[in-house]
Amino acid sequence: MAAKSKPELKPVVIVDNVNVVYKVFASGRKATRGSAGGGIFARKLQLREVHAVKGVSFTIYEGESVGIIGSNGSGKSSLMTAIAGLNPIASGAIYASARPMLLGVGAVLLPAISGLKNILLGGLAMGYTRKEINASADAITKFAGLEEFIDLPMKTYSSGMSARLRFSIAASRDHDILIIDEALAVGDQEFRNRSEARMREMRDRAGTVFLVSHSMKSILDTCTRVIWIEKGELIMDGKPEKVVKAYNKHTGSKTID
Amino acid sequence: MSVADYAKQHGLKKVGAREPLLSYVKHAWQRKDFAYVMALFTNQANNSKNRLGRWWIVLLPTLQAAVYGLIFGVLLGGSRPDNFVPYLFTGVFLFSFLQGAFASGATSVTGNIGLVRSLSFPRILLPTNAVIQQIFSLLPQLALLIITMLLFRMPVTFNWLFLIPDVLLMVMFGFGLATISARLTVHVQDLNKLIPFITRITFYVSGIFFSMDKVLGDYPLALQIANLNPVYIYISLARGAMVEGYSMDASMWISAVVWAFSFLLIGIWFFWKAEERYGREI
Repeated sequence: MAAKSKPELKPVVIVDNVNVVYKVFASGRKATRGSAGGGIFARKLQLREVHAVKGVSFTIYEGESVGIIGSNGSGKSSLMTAIAGLNPIASGAIYASARPMLLGVGAVLLPAISGLKNILLGGLAMGYTRKEINASADAITKFAGLEEFIDLPMKTYSSGMSARLRFSIAASRDHDILIIDEALAVGDQEFRNRSEARMREMRDRAGTVFLVSHSMKSILDTCTRVIWIEKGELIMDGKPEKVVKAYNKHTGSKTID
Repeated sequence: MSVADYAKQHGLKKVGAREPLLSYVKHAWQRKDFAYVMALFTNQANNSKNRLGRWWIVLLPTLQAAVYGLIFGVLLGGSRPDNFVPYLFTGVFLFSFLQGAFASGATSVTGNIGLVRSLSFPRILLPTNAVIQQIFSLLPQLALLIITMLLFRMPVTFNWLFLIPDVLLMVMFGFGLATISARLTVHVQDLNKLIPFITRITFYVSGIFFSMDKVLGDYPLALQIANLNPVYIYISLARGAMVEGYSMDASMWISAVVWAFSFLLIGIWFFWKAEERYGREI
């Protein structure tokens, strides 16, 4: 399926036995172990480890778009931020053909300034030059469908409108490797269709897309491969229909979406 | 064939590895627009909250200086430094830059953790952004300072131009301060609680409202130590440049240059050392 006409598959992302461990200061007893007693005063502030991703390995080849599924807290986002190089890994290694880009431009945008200024700010945050972002500002506005509102402060936007702007900024240029973390669940139906079309377009230009989503419909519509993660471990990796079916059986859902 | 070899064979690079220092600095320099625009827009966003907006940048330090002037001017009575108001304003305005760089540097990474976790860019742009914001507040204050000098009839001389290198060196020192405090608070969040005390103590020992020479005149050793305090050095040089009755000496300029360059370089190096860890530690 992913091979297209090429006989040999070209790897784009290699995740090799990756572990992500968070160290947190937490007080209180461990939830998993029986209480040693001592009451409230015995509780100490101690360093605890949270093993978020446990020895996950896979190789993604050119032209694949990968759906990542799993329940809340299963380690999906930890794995994705690790692939984007934002979250240091405890052991293992991640290799990529280009710097994977997480669709997370939302964190830099400021509600008090206009949409247009936010386009400039978001673009610069993603590493575009001022010139590049000025050249594509109109196209971004149009894609987001915010022509009438672009000079208004972003705090006047509805949550759907801001989500549209965020997606449009992040997807304004082709990324070789793009990671989208539950971004498509927002926006109205029309925008959802447009963004899914844009994702397929990026994928077709030999870009690799990771999509983290709880919507099995989005996963089936856009992905060519699905990886299921549960409690930090890789449960299943394969064709979308097969993995989604097994996942649905596990969660007990009968319908898709 | 090992995974590493397989990756290498297909031209794949390891993700999340820290760049060498020189290319890191170069990379950060290429992205300086981001730090600048972010500082500019953050300032605009902050100013849009209040009715008086950007006027607060000037109003606040003026009020502050006026309060200090009133209190210390009365308290100190006869032992006030000469040309008290220009003396005090120079101290308060320059100090507010260094204090701001230190405090906002400290929160520049910890306060933007969402940003750190969602976009990749040289993290040093975050303390840089904090320092640029402080420069935006410093510039109107410098203008106000010059107006103060004129109002109090300080003679306008070519020496006033020495304010420029002095401020530049101070900004370099402040940048180093911001990068160091940025990394330290990432490792030890508790430091944030101590920052107000550190700035208070520095405020009181840096001769903002009293004359170091008058107070420590009988203790030559203490005076010598006090003269090494970088905060005091940058403020004294500015006074020497503009306030009548004060002078700049060469040893102070040497100290100012040494402090500026060593803090700048150590700050960059120190911040860079933990570059790949900023996303993790909270």
